[in-house]
Amino acid sequence: MLIRIKSDFWYELLRSPITVFSALLIILMVLACTFAPWVAPHTPFDPATISILDNNLPPAWQDRSDPRFLLGTDMQGRDVLSAMLYGGRISLMVGLGAVALSTVIGLTVGLVAGYFGGLTDAILMRIAEVQFAFPPILIALLLNGILKTALPADVFATAAVPIMILAIGLAGWVQFARIVRASTLVQREQDYITACHAIGLPTHVTILRHILPNVLSPVLVLAMLQIAVAIVTEATLSFLGLGTPLTEPSLGALIQAGSQFLFSGIWWVVIFPGVMLLMMVIAFNLVADWARDYLNPRLR
Amino acid sequence: MTDPLLKIEDLQITFPHRRGDFIAVQGFELTLNKGEIVGLIGESGAGKSTVGNAVIGLLSPPGRVTSGQILLDGQDLTELTAHRLAALRGRRIGMIFQDPMTSLNPLMTVGQQLAQSISILRKMPMRQARAEAARRLSDVGISDAKNRMDQYPHEFSGGMRQRVVIALALAGDPDLLIADEPTTALDVSVQKQVLDLIKDICRERALGVILVTHDMGVIAETADRVCVMRHGKLVETGDTQKVLAHPTADYTTRLIAAIPSITEREDRFRNPEPRTGDIDKWLLQAHDREEEGHFLNTTDLVKEFPAKGVSFGIRQPPFRAVDVPQIQIARGEVLGLVGESGSGKSTLGRLLTGLLPITQGSVTYTDHGDISAFRRAAPRKAFRRDVQVVFQDPYSSLNSRLRVDRILAEPIRFHGLASRSQTPRLVAALLERVGLSAEDGRKYPHQFSGGQRQRICIARALAVRPRFILCDEPTSALDVSIQADMLALLMELRRSLGLTMLFVSHDLAVVRQVSDRVAVMRKGKIVELKEAETLFQSPEHEYTRHLLSTAPRVEGHRPSNTAASTRKAIQ
Amino acid sequence: MYYVIARVLQACLVMLCVALVGFIVFQYVGDPVLALVGQETSIEDRAALRESLGLNDPILVQYLRFVADALRGDLGISYSFNRDVADMIAERLPATVELVLLSGVLGLVLAIPAGIYTGIHRKGGWAQAIMALSVIGVSIPSFLLGILMILVFSVWLNWLPSFGRGDVAGVFGFRSSLFTLDGLSHALMPAAVLCLFQLGVILRLVRAEMLEVLRTDFIRFAWARGLPAQVVYLQHALKNTLVPVVTAIGLQLSSLFAFSIITERVFQWPGMGSLLLHAIGQSDIPLLAAYLIFVGLVFTVANLVVDALYVMIDPRIRHGKV
Repeated sequence: MLIRIKSDFWYELLRSPITVFSALLIILMVLACTFAPWVAPHTPFDPATISILDNNLPPAWQDRSDPRFLLGTDMQGRDVLSAMLYGGRISLMVGLGAVALSTVIGLTVGLVAGYFGGLTDAILMRIAEVQFAFPPILIALLLNGILKTALPADVFATAAVPIMILAIGLAGWVQFARIVRASTLVQREQDYITACHAIGLPTHVTILRHILPNVLSPVLVLAMLQIAVAIVTEATLSFLGLGTPLTEPSLGALIQAGSQFLFSGIWWVVIFPGVMLLMMVIAFNLVADWARDYLNPRLR
Repeated sequence: MTDPLLKIEDLQITFPHRRGDFIAVQGFELTLNKGEIVGLIGESGAGKSTVGNAVIGLLSPPGRVTSGQILLDGQDLTELTAHRLAALRGRRIGMIFQDPMTSLNPLMTVGQQLAQSISILRKMPMRQARAEAARRLSDVGISDAKNRMDQYPHEFSGGMRQRVVIALALAGDPDLLIADEPTTALDVSVQKQVLDLIKDICRERALGVILVTHDMGVIAETADRVCVMRHGKLVETGDTQKVLAHPTADYTTRLIAAIPSITEREDRFRNPEPRTGDIDKWLLQAHDREEEGHFLNTTDLVKEFPAKGVSFGIRQPPFRAVDVPQIQIARGEVLGLVGESGSGKSTLGRLLTGLLPITQGSVTYTDHGDISAFRRAAPRKAFRRDVQVVFQDPYSSLNSRLRVDRILAEPIRFHGLASRSQTPRLVAALLERVGLSAEDGRKYPHQFSGGQRQRICIARALAVRPRFILCDEPTSALDVSIQADMLALLMELRRSLGLTMLFVSHDLAVVRQVSDRVAVMRKGKIVELKEAETLFQSPEHEYTRHLLSTAPRVEGHRPSNTAASTRKAIQ
Repeated sequence: MYYVIARVLQACLVMLCVALVGFIVFQYVGDPVLALVGQETSIEDRAALRESLGLNDPILVQYLRFVADALRGDLGISYSFNRDVADMIAERLPATVELVLLSGVLGLVLAIPAGIYTGIHRKGGWAQAIMALSVIGVSIPSFLLGILMILVFSVWLNWLPSFGRGDVAGVFGFRSSLFTLDGLSHALMPAAVLCLFQLGVILRLVRAEMLEVLRTDFIRFAWARGLPAQVVYLQHALKNTLVPVVTAIGLQLSSLFAFSIITERVFQWPGMGSLLLHAIGQSDIPLLAAYLIFVGLVFTVANLVVDALYVMIDPRIRHGKV
């Protein structure tokens, strides 16, 4: 059974310190990135405040460093820490936005296909099946590539973040649709839904009030996993030069820019954003893992 | 006298939990000789399965034996290492589980599974083991065993699978067999065959059998001696006939008294003690159009389900689940509908209440007309307000995400039967009417027991002030003592509110207690439909007689036949 | 039998859908006429070219022509290379295939036993350590892992080459860098990067399925009749675990292709992924559409193989029960 009493939640959560740590890390990163303009020590993308003279400074604990730049600077003299916070903001924005889009599409398609069955189901699920054969990252890549070709260059550059959200969100809905449809098929056969029919409730009430709340918990777990996936996808696309423009780089774009100077021994421009990206993804994955086990107590 | 095969002394089994250890079994004792069947009976949570699991050393973690002894031929199993205990499984102790559908590996043929077990447990080469496997399959009553060896479990029926399971459990020739609810998932007629098989094997092989069950009928038919358990403790033990006829413990008396009789209609259900609540006046408001005559009528009702798949390009003919020329239900009557699983009884119930689309024919309500002909929402809504359902599974029939008061308020508000401000008062009254308290409305379904959930379901059905209720196996998932309460409640409501009912059940005894007329269904057709008393006393159709003869009976202690004393005894 | 035919028909339908998407991209994203001749050509010339390319025919005719061409292996001419697209894909294919095969096989060989092990010894120290590593495996973006590996093994330790495919040798007509030592040293890091993610995903899936299967009644019954652990785990549990795992492996093959794009970029591996990135960078639509159709074909065939394996594993599907 999926319902568990409330005190179990805190008990099970506190029994897994790594999950608590991950959750705190997520909260911390979300806060720090959201309030980056106030938290960050510098404004990294304002040409007025950066000086090329400060370029390629190592982190503060190394020789030849500048205490103003805790994690060093990049080749243009931008503060790495500040760039990371601003970049993390874009990564999180794309991650959350894309998953929100996937969830909405997936929930709608899954509920409709699962509840009504028949031809509607067959058509929707065939579409899903075709898309499912393609890895989401490839779809996002192609969508992005196609949009880039179809849209004028200036529109594409200014709308980089919404385009990313659209591409990644459209690439990820199938997983949600499948899981929601499967749960809906199970719920639809439950007696409480037959009771709704017996009362005579209209279809939309039955779906939204009775089925929807009962299919949400797997969606929640999937959403957390997918945030991690979306963040990685965004970083990857940016790394491939297809994502956010260099004037407003996400973590992936920062790493890409830094990787070109790897052989000169300037490791900090790659390593620090890389570590932040990795921590973000691992934290979401760990919390999702825990949530899945918690919602499925048979596994314990 | 020889030493007993199995002797359990002062057994205590504990499940450690963070809010204090849960003692599942305490001070349990049992003696079992070779060639003897001892029944272990109790209601859910009695700890009877836990005892069985402990004997074979398969307690689900974190449960463990915390004191006492389990002596198999004088050897204490609780002192053995896990490794040595594992060596006894299959070779000294065998076990059968409840559900034959899930007990077999779906990806291996029956012959492979049996031959593998035989070759491992009896150290036989595979070729020889296969020959032995075929022999053993025919021993447990599987005809054409040589060919059926190469079939997969899904190609066997439930009863046949349970026979395969028995053959598997006996592959290593154990001396002790633990059968954990071996027939609960089976139909009554199949149940009898499987129980007879267990009895025969027990005698032939001088096997000691522990039969764990919740069904007193199974015990009465099969067990030589019985142990009655409650809340993890042994309540009473002795010869089956003696315990059934003259139970000494209070609990046993109540347990036996709660079992509905198959031989007579009991007064406690026929004339339930009337209980009225404030809400009865509100509930009866719908009954202003009382007329004589039948309530619903059908003509040539057929329901077909499309067959799965296509073979060789030819579409399989659809499966005809229901084919009933005519059935009528009179106003205020309870029509019982019995049949085995797959007989189409639930499907018929849902067709009559408009919950499944009809393939052919029609269902006509006197007050609403042909229910498949509704074109507009208004008459459909009026029909839905009159006809409600109570389901079998109290767990799946309530939306676990909604609070109970919202579950009950929804139908009232949807049909506009009370204003928003009046609704909470009505919900509270409804809960009290079905034997719960008004405060229960603020809880969620998972905070209730199965019986209480079923009461909530009844309250939900009543909330639209219906005149017809379909009861689809409403007590099959409940313990026997709770079943008696539930039947009494339904019968009382029916009398107080003048409800018409269709009562679907596989349990002949239950149907006998509640029905005015009874229809017996088989393979989608009604084979016999009569006044209940006539049907049970002089069944005409061969199938009805077969059903009646295979139903397990408890010819034991009967309480004095007054409703009041029974109710007191149950509570 | 019915099941197999249905799946084949379904696969054909999927391919037609993929071709439709490829066709739409090909025809409507950007103007093919403009791409061929440039802005300077007169409007009349362009109209003539449009007519000769068949762009004025009904859409269905154009689509069918596109499908027929694709079936003959004619996927158009690349704008940026001015070469036949099918030839270019054939040229780049071996490099990608060797990478995908090497990492795929490596991943399966390591992941399945590790998944079984962690499923059985769920609370054991080794199992916990493997699981912790697998979280990192599925979390770390492959481009980041690639960069880190280059940093450690090429920049700091200077053990392995950081880019290119190295020497190639032919065995049975298949030219691959896996047959030379130099080639292998080049392939090692890209294959490891590509492998790690697959490893994590499959390992976790096998473990989850194993846990699920070990709780079933027939496993309990297998214990209860005294079957030894290795029989229970390897003969009863494993086979039942494989049904969903096989599905996932089919999907993983397609994701290996997808992730090879990234790996190829990081290690400058001259495979199909680099070609695709080039196509996107240059807005080379025919190349893009051809890539789409080609990987679509690979994925569809992979899924078909998976379905066939299903039928072999599960008798219930053979008998049309599921």
